[in-house]
Amino acid sequence: MATQSSRIAARLMVAPSVILLFVWMIVPLALTLWYSFRIYRLLSPERSGWAGFQHYAWFLNSPDFWLAISNTLLLVGGVLAITVILGILVALLIDQPVWGQGPLRILVISPFFVMPPVAASIWENLFMHPQNGMFASFAQGLGFQPILFLESYPMSSVIFIVSWEWLPFAALIFLTALQSLSSEQMEAAEMDGAGAMSRFRYIVMPHMTRSITVVILIQTIFLLGIFGEIYTTTQGGPGSASTTLPYMIFKQAVIAKDIGRAAAGGIIAVILANIVAFFLMRSMGKNLDA
Amino acid sequence: MGKITLHDVRKNFGATEVIPGIDLTIENGEFVVFVGPSGCGKSTLLRLIAGLEDTSGGVISIDGVDATALPPAKRGLAMVFQSYALYPHMTVRKNIMFPLKMAGMEIGEATRRADAAARVLNLTNYMERKPGQLSGGQRQRVAIGRAIVREPAAFLFDEPLSNLDAALRVNMRQEITELHQSLKTTMIYVTHDQVEAMTMADKIVVLNAGRIEQVGSPLELYNQPKNTFVAGFIGSPKMNLITGPEAEKLGAATIGVRPEHLDVVSEGGWSGIVGLSEHLGSDTFLKVTTDIVGTLNVRAGGEVRLRHGDRVNLIPQAGKVHRFGADGKAMA
Ligand SMILES: Nc1ncnc2c1ncn2[C@@H]1O[C@H](COP(=O)(O)OP(=O)(O)OP(=O)(O)O)[C@@H](O)[C@H]1O
Ligand SMILES: [Mg+2]
Repeated sequence: MATQSSRIAARLMVAPSVILLFVWMIVPLALTLWYSFRIYRLLSPERSGWAGFQHYAWFLNSPDFWLAISNTLLLVGGVLAITVILGILVALLIDQPVWGQGPLRILVISPFFVMPPVAASIWENLFMHPQNGMFASFAQGLGFQPILFLESYPMSSVIFIVSWEWLPFAALIFLTALQSLSSEQMEAAEMDGAGAMSRFRYIVMPHMTRSITVVILIQTIFLLGIFGEIYTTTQGGPGSASTTLPYMIFKQAVIAKDIGRAAAGGIIAVILANIVAFFLMRSMGKNLDA
Repeated sequence: MGKITLHDVRKNFGATEVIPGIDLTIENGEFVVFVGPSGCGKSTLLRLIAGLEDTSGGVISIDGVDATALPPAKRGLAMVFQSYALYPHMTVRKNIMFPLKMAGMEIGEATRRADAAARVLNLTNYMERKPGQLSGGQRQRVAIGRAIVREPAAFLFDEPLSNLDAALRVNMRQEITELHQSLKTTMIYVTHDQVEAMTMADKIVVLNAGRIEQVGSPLELYNQPKNTFVAGFIGSPKMNLITGPEAEKLGAATIGVRPEHLDVVSEGGWSGIVGLSEHLGSDTFLKVTTDIVGTLNVRAGGEVRLRHGDRVNLIPQAGKVHRFGADGKAMA
């Protein structure tokens, strides 16, 4: 798309979709913004009117709010760290020519096909459960007390479960990146005297930066909204120990049935997502340039 | 130093035998060219020498040291790949300095060597660019630069010019030859280009199906091909190979006459009809369908005015007829 006229034509062509997507986004956003300043409680519909900034103030003064924000960031950061590092290692492993490579690759990506609440239930009941779980029976077999994963380490457990679900996605993207690395480049590096570690550092990693960026950006979008895994396992507890911002909004909307407050929470979540996106794009956006 | 000796080197890929056993000595400072038809094992042989493939048998020694089991980096050889294999995320300078960095060379000395290589290869103005911002010829030069800074015992080239256009190819060919003359380092060069092989080589190795057919200087191969394969492979247009009664008259199973050794005469010899005639100005290439010895390629002078359908008579020049036995080997 080099010439002026082809650029204009391109803009005209994409305009309908851009307009549709814009409307698609702006209408719910405007409605949420509207409700966040209104008094709108489903349990007392007779009370209505302007609420001003009182919903926002409620969130900012709530003792759980900062915990929820930090839990949200912890969840995003923790899962990203685990999936990126393990994802690269898994990709390096399944890129090796081994017997049964095809089935092995399918096995590795299969967790991605399990629905989040199902995955969470499996981990909660089959693995982490203090009586029936596999970890508990290992612990007992070795003569230890079973660990109460969801009670004692709720955030770590949720991070672990979510990482398990997202690891295949990261590994798959990294595998395709590895496979697109020209073997002659690796051989040239070998001839140039680079050992396995140097080849990884100077050839493989630079080649992978773009896909690492893509994985981080995509996963961040999805991880900021993680809800099902928490709802199925810890329900934000014990206390508020594993409450994240989306879970806090859910409690206001569905349990307290306070739409106004939930809408304010939603707007705060949008602001948080934008702050995160801003820093992500600032720090790694240049990796996406060709 | 860069004397490379192959002794009974073999290579199988699974059940397929690609190289059934090769003995070859490459002297220090020689420019050796491997030629042969596609798939005959030229690249495989080069990669065996480089250490990028493991041998299935035999011994490779470099400067008298058994290098068969040494990893590529320890052999002291540098390779230039057909696709250049530059590191796309590094600048030209970093590309050239990479082998020195890996060798742990002190940065000042490494920079000095990279700058020297850049001067030799006319890359000084491009040192801060990425490979993606260079032309094909410039990329090729960077790849060569990356090879020469290491001061290797020998250079290995695998069809380094095949991605370049014809004019650039001639240029780079001359540059590599000049480089060889100034460095005096052993070079092994794989190509399937006749002209590259004939013009660059001190010694040509003709390969066929993983076997060496003949080793010799370009003119040796041209003047005394050991067998019909080499006779047909070296030289362009191809040597005419004639079988049948005309060959038997000379006591051979096959006789070979190069297109440039056939004279167009008014009578006698082999008579035929001109099929294709290509007038290049300096030369005229004719394809003549003769009555008794099949179709012959003829290279006549530029002033010859023969056209399609003309009848001509051809006579091979005295002493320029190659005779081959029933086994395809040249007869004395
Ligand atoms: N990794 C491999 N596995 C199996 N067979 C291979 C492998 N690499 C090469 N071969 C086979 O070995 C033979 C020689 O291949 P090689 O690449 O050395 O040919 P070449 O002479 O370089 O040909 P070209 O001029 O087309 O590059 C071919 O028949 C090829 O199919
Ligand atoms: Mg080849």
